[in-house]
Amino acid sequence: MNFFPIATSIVDFLQESVGLTNGLAMALAALIHGSLLVGIFMGTPVVWIWGERKIAGRIQDRLGPTRVGGRFGWLQSVADGIKLIQKEDLVPPAADSMLYRMAPYMVCVAAFGTMMVLPFGETWVAVASDIGLYVLVAILSLEVIGIILAGYSSGSKWSLFGGMREAAQMVSYEIPLSLCAIIPITVAGSLNLVEITQLQSGWANNWLIFHDPFVLITFFVYFTVATASCKRAPFDLAEAESELVGGFHTEYSGMRWSFFFMGEYAAMFVVCAVASILFLGGWNSGIAPLDTALLEMRALSADGSFQPMSYLSNAIGMGILISKSWVLVFVQVWVRWTLPRLRIDQVMITCLKYLIPMSCFLFLGTILWPLLMYKMSDGGRTSFWAPKADRWAKPAVLVPVEDAETSQLILPNSTPVDTGELADVDRKVAGGTR
Amino acid sequence: MTYEKILFFIFAMSACGGALGVVLAQRVARMAFWLIISLGSVAGLYFMLHADFVAATQIIIYVGGTLVLLIFGIMLTATGPHVKIQTSPGELVMGAAVGLTLLFLIQGTVRSVDWNKAAMVTSGGEFQPGEGKGYNPTGQGNTIRPLGMALLGLRPDKDLGAPEEAGLSSGYLFPFEIVSIHLLVVLVGASYLARAKQRTRPTV
Repeated sequence: MNFFPIATSIVDFLQESVGLTNGLAMALAALIHGSLLVGIFMGTPVVWIWGERKIAGRIQDRLGPTRVGGRFGWLQSVADGIKLIQKEDLVPPAADSMLYRMAPYMVCVAAFGTMMVLPFGETWVAVASDIGLYVLVAILSLEVIGIILAGYSSGSKWSLFGGMREAAQMVSYEIPLSLCAIIPITVAGSLNLVEITQLQSGWANNWLIFHDPFVLITFFVYFTVATASCKRAPFDLAEAESELVGGFHTEYSGMRWSFFFMGEYAAMFVVCAVASILFLGGWNSGIAPLDTALLEMRALSADGSFQPMSYLSNAIGMGILISKSWVLVFVQVWVRWTLPRLRIDQVMITCLKYLIPMSCFLFLGTILWPLLMYKMSDGGRTSFWAPKADRWAKPAVLVPVEDAETSQLILPNSTPVDTGELADVDRKVAGGTR
Repeated sequence: MTYEKILFFIFAMSACGGALGVVLAQRVARMAFWLIISLGSVAGLYFMLHADFVAATQIIIYVGGTLVLLIFGIMLTATGPHVKIQTSPGELVMGAAVGLTLLFLIQGTVRSVDWNKAAMVTSGGEFQPGEGKGYNPTGQGNTIRPLGMALLGLRPDKDLGAPEEAGLSSGYLFPFEIVSIHLLVVLVGASYLARAKQRTRPTV
């Protein structure tokens, strides 16, 4: 992984146009990128807490919030936030005060950290990593530590039981989550979220969800598992208002309580964004001419210069990705207010007896599918469709390097130098007929 | 002072600080928390070395797996609300002796290496310190593919001589699978030993 590749264009801008030194430009660019991500991290809960209340109201034949901020009550989240900030910051006497104070931050950091490697556009990613999905799953798995610590350190029985249930549920659901995430990866042949999305350009039939029947089923399994791992209804018995008061966050109030919910809504958004990247084409629109146009616009800044059209293309891509994720978040909200809760033993049985064997079977099927296709089509192809973009798309922005012989500044034209032969092998295996 | 150095100091300090916290903390759950800080900072150091696979593995196995198990263990075996560990002076002296010996050993080893020469050797004589080679914002093809190929026995980064000679290498996949099956056997055995004994029918 390249350290701070986030800053490519902004660093260049700060160095060349503003005239800052290298280190200062780097630090400032990192700050800008971080703030943008914090904006997304804080903005998602603000939108979706209001959205959830409004949708829940409509489903239950009510109006939902109507008063704060005009007709639709769209300032309700802000009003809630102001109320929560004003509340007293309580620490129960029986609690381990240090861990009690730290736990909400750990949940928040885990949910926020995943956004670091989540690409919002082809070059709009805070830290571009070759193993983006692996890093994302790794950071997302830290959330459970915050929840256990919250339950344990509260010094209350309800919190302890809630924390245990929650931890058991989240740890169990991590297994099918990882198995389901592996399935599109075997199809794409890459752990790089940018590369996986590039594979899905063109008409919507290039989306990995339509690659074969196994991946199609996997999407629904993944979505169920993702809902459960975000502890959303119908899998939210661990919070169980009726018997455990509030589960692991029984003792929390005010801002610390709301941090858990910020983390939850951000995690919902992240797993839905991952679902749309892995299965639903990410920032590709699913309409081939539009995708081609966006690719052309993006290619304008291939020499590293700043092009408004390329910027616009990335912005449109980000809009498409966020819309897809929000549709999935909407479905999660819809399910929450439609289905009754599962009992905690049913939650665990669903995971261990049904979802894990299902995802193992789907994994096997996805591995066998290309071989089957290869046999059926007389050795012609291993998949139905072929993507529009390059399998090995050229990096859009590069830093000039000094040529060894002429000692001039040149732009390296292709980065994966060592893996040139591997690319061919990979293309035959994963890319289909290209 | 480049930004890499500043970040290195931050990560190194928090790794050492977390380790100190583990030693000095009295409550077991707090020790687990300090261990999270320490292991997470070591993962940060791996990220700085561009070894993102190792870093993510560190997070997913040690922080997300082992530590969760540790906290589970504390919660399931605790007799009181906050379990404490009292260290006796003898244990303290023993621990300090072992730790300091290890520290001196590592320090001696590190100082005996000519790092500039080592960097020259490992990079094939092309190493120029402080020069960026240009980076790739889409982060393509620089970590996981060579690792996966090495697992299968292909080492594109090394000249293994004649193709037939190179073909003899079986890679690390087979040992890896053996280890994973070993772990599975251990897991099955543990769950067999730990499960509730089946009630035998009372003989009349």
